[in-house]
Amino acid sequence: MKVTINGDAGELPEGATVAHAVQSLTAMTSGVAVAVNDVVVSRGAWESTSLSENDRVEVLTAVQGG
Amino acid sequence: MNDTDDALVLGGEKFASRLIMGTGGAPSLDVLDRALGASGTELTTVAMRRLDPAVQGSVLDVLRRRGIKVLPNTAGCYTAGEAVLTARLAREALETNWVKLEVIADERTLLPDPIETFDAAERLVADGFVVLPYIGDDPALARRLEQAGCAAVMPLGAPIGSGLGIRNPHSIELIVEAASVPVILDAGLGTASDAALAMELGCDAVLLATAVTRAQRPELMAAAMRSAVEAGRSARLAGRIPRRRYAEASSPSLPRFA
Repeated sequence: MKVTINGDAGELPEGATVAHAVQSLTAMTSGVAVAVNDVVVSRGAWESTSLSENDRVEVLTAVQGG
Repeated sequence: MNDTDDALVLGGEKFASRLIMGTGGAPSLDVLDRALGASGTELTTVAMRRLDPAVQGSVLDVLRRRGIKVLPNTAGCYTAGEAVLTARLAREALETNWVKLEVIADERTLLPDPIETFDAAERLVADGFVVLPYIGDDPALARRLEQAGCAAVMPLGAPIGSGLGIRNPHSIELIVEAASVPVILDAGLGTASDAALAMELGCDAVLLATAVTRAQRPELMAAAMRSAVEAGRSARLAGRIPRRRYAEASSPSLPRFA
């Protein structure tokens, strides 16, 4: 299944969840937030939210700024 | 200052320090850490960006270690929609419903877009956020944002990172006069006297980053800004003398010679 994670095309197995997408980038779970197709998926729902073909996943964290 | 009750009340929370820091522009986390310590700040902004697995160390660790409250911003957003999504992601990642709302109009000036900012502010207030909007030095917009339920207004002194100081002190005074939420001078400050002036004009706090993080000695400039904010605040509360066109003798006018 093709998904875009932080702008990069990636391949995840069928049935992969938001949690899998996050784990493909980092082991961190705190200080991180996820949006799928511009909708926030709260941390409690990562395991239960399945991804679909061509989903756009954004995984954000805080950086120096402002 | 001796008046120990002079806390900044922002979004229902009290802060002893009236210096809000940004974290952008520091050459390293270590330099940033020491500058934040010297500034005495209790509230500091961070930006939200795509997670980069290659980056080691986090600005959040620095803030957590120092017990500084984190204030996420929406820097880099050009539309209300982007800003609202960024604020919601920040709330999720950082477990705070505070947001410094920043919606810029163009890359060259980084000036805030008033239309998009107002639209985003209304949506974020409705969604339960404590909204601190970054705006131009526009008293009318400041009033509208306060009416929309923002917890403060944050007019600029000059464009972000410019170090030009407060270009329109009169507008800042007009905003202060009309506001019943805190006014936080945000952006454009270059040196300590700029921060002191902001407080003398009646601002409740200042927010600055570049003036410290890109100074030749960030830690020393942070300490200078801390002193300047305290001095400016005291001067404002003390009440300055009126300006006069001619001298007024301060010595008794009795004859010196009998």
